[in-house]
Amino acid sequence: MTWLSDGAVARLRAAGGAPDLSGTKYRLLEGVARGGMGAVYLAEDIHLGRRVALKVLDLPDPGGELARRLMQEARVLARLEHPGIVPVHDVGALADGRVFYAMKFVEGLRLDQHLARMASLPERLRLFGKICEAVAFAHARGILHRDLKPENIMVGPFGEVLVMDWGLAKILGDAQDLRSPATQISAAPPAPMLSGGRATREGSTASTGADAAETAHGAVLGTPGYMAPEQARGEVSRLDERADVYSLGAILKLLAGPSVSRPLAAIIAKAMAAEPGGRYASAEELAADVTRYLDGLPVAAYPESIFERAGRLLARHRVAVMLVLSYIVIRALILVFLGR
Amino acid sequence: MADDTSIGGTRGEFPVTRWSAVVAARSADAAERTRALDALLAAYWKPVYKYIRLRWGKSNEDAKDLTQEFFVRLVEKDLLGSYDPARAHLRTYLRTCVDGLVLNEDKAARRLKRGGDVSHVSLDFDAAEGELAHAGVPGAGSPADVFEREWIRSLFAAAVEALRTECEVRGKTTHFRLFELYDLEDAGRGGRTYADLARQFNLRVTDVTNHLAYARREFRRIALEKLREMTATDEEFRREGRDLFGVEPE
Repeated sequence: MTWLSDGAVARLRAAGGAPDLSGTKYRLLEGVARGGMGAVYLAEDIHLGRRVALKVLDLPDPGGELARRLMQEARVLARLEHPGIVPVHDVGALADGRVFYAMKFVEGLRLDQHLARMASLPERLRLFGKICEAVAFAHARGILHRDLKPENIMVGPFGEVLVMDWGLAKILGDAQDLRSPATQISAAPPAPMLSGGRATREGSTASTGADAAETAHGAVLGTPGYMAPEQARGEVSRLDERADVYSLGAILKLLAGPSVSRPLAAIIAKAMAAEPGGRYASAEELAADVTRYLDGLPVAAYPESIFERAGRLLARHRVAVMLVLSYIVIRALILVFLGR
Repeated sequence: MADDTSIGGTRGEFPVTRWSAVVAARSADAAERTRALDALLAAYWKPVYKYIRLRWGKSNEDAKDLTQEFFVRLVEKDLLGSYDPARAHLRTYLRTCVDGLVLNEDKAARRLKRGGDVSHVSLDFDAAEGELAHAGVPGAGSPADVFEREWIRSLFAAAVEALRTECEVRGKTTHFRLFELYDLEDAGRGGRTYADLARQFNLRVTDVTNHLAYARREFRRIALEKLREMTATDEEFRREGRDLFGVEPE
């Protein structure tokens, strides 16, 4: 009988769990990451000859709750066409019943891994601004991310930022169209493949049940340390844009590092205020304050003293101040010289 | 090796129905019971033997005796009758039983008792020893990890052999060979690419990946069939399948 090394056993376990992409237009290349409800694989779209990332559920449960959430995530992404948000290409179900969606394969590093490569604070703050822009765009479309953290943000080789993993996204207001054409995707009976994987079949599910499930999940899911207090308490109905602002504040805190100036510390503290009412009302407001800080302008979060104001102005207009001082000194020297 | 064991014992083929050796081991039908115990013995004897060697530090000879004694007791004392799939994995239960046997070993009673229902699967202890030598001393891990690792290795090895046979019967020896080179062999793996295999077998790269996909798919199917044999309920099978492959079986 064949002797199997530990390495071979590990490869076979991975191969056994890999999705069967037969009947789809995708060819599996390798596993990329594993999450709580599924895994992400690198695959090739053989029609278009491009690489994509496939997010595939672990459970063959086309009509189940996890499939509903995956489909909602795909629909959220489809609605959010923005350079800072990973674009979705396709949804479908595999031959074994597992639901998947295909998205752009993002090459780069997670923000927490990229951190060491960003030496200067201004560089980090400019990157933070890009994150805020993407989140603000989603808010404008009525969508909360609810799981913003460094692990869910990718930084590409050219400094581009992509906000990933919208699996916990909450749809605000009356954006009902994302939920109600529901979520039933089926691999059976097999249908001719057109542009996607297996053809999808849409039905309807009871939206009240889906809402209830979403509420339940909202109560327990999120990441400690980056999750707003009201989210951690499960107050799903209270959540609004300011829950994401809290998470952005936590990300800013990480980016700012341990030695933080008072104005920047005040920005972080305001973004991470325990009560939503104490935070910035939106991601744009937060980003605008960070930009003001970068530009050497007074920030909304920090009422500065006259001395701090003078110091900031000196720092901001350092060149001009130096030129004027140099001029005065030279003139004084000339006067002294002529006076002799 | 010719005298090596294979899961399924004397049947020599794979079940097409959802047959459970765990359930059948307690059947009133003696032939059915023997068939089931053969399957269990084939699946578990190597993990039990290696576990006794590694966990308990027993000598080769003592481990042989204890392994055989364990399976005799499995039958005579109807140990499976006390197994509750809702409470533990079968392998966890069996490992606990092995621990009990070793702790209470009675050297006078620990003598080969052949006969009864377990009689059709030869136990190639030399091969198991060779595998232990091949693997070297295992790294850090609890006793449970040792048993778990060896059980998976045993299950996969049997599935690989079955896949080899299936590929030969279906005229897909190239498929199996590619699978063997790319997924099973460690040597030279670092530099081996799909393109290398394509050149070696005079195939297109897409053929290589398609053949590999076939072999992996069939391997998974066979491994899951064997796993189902070793589980008592559908729920247990799904749980085990998820533990094994990270994905719940369909």
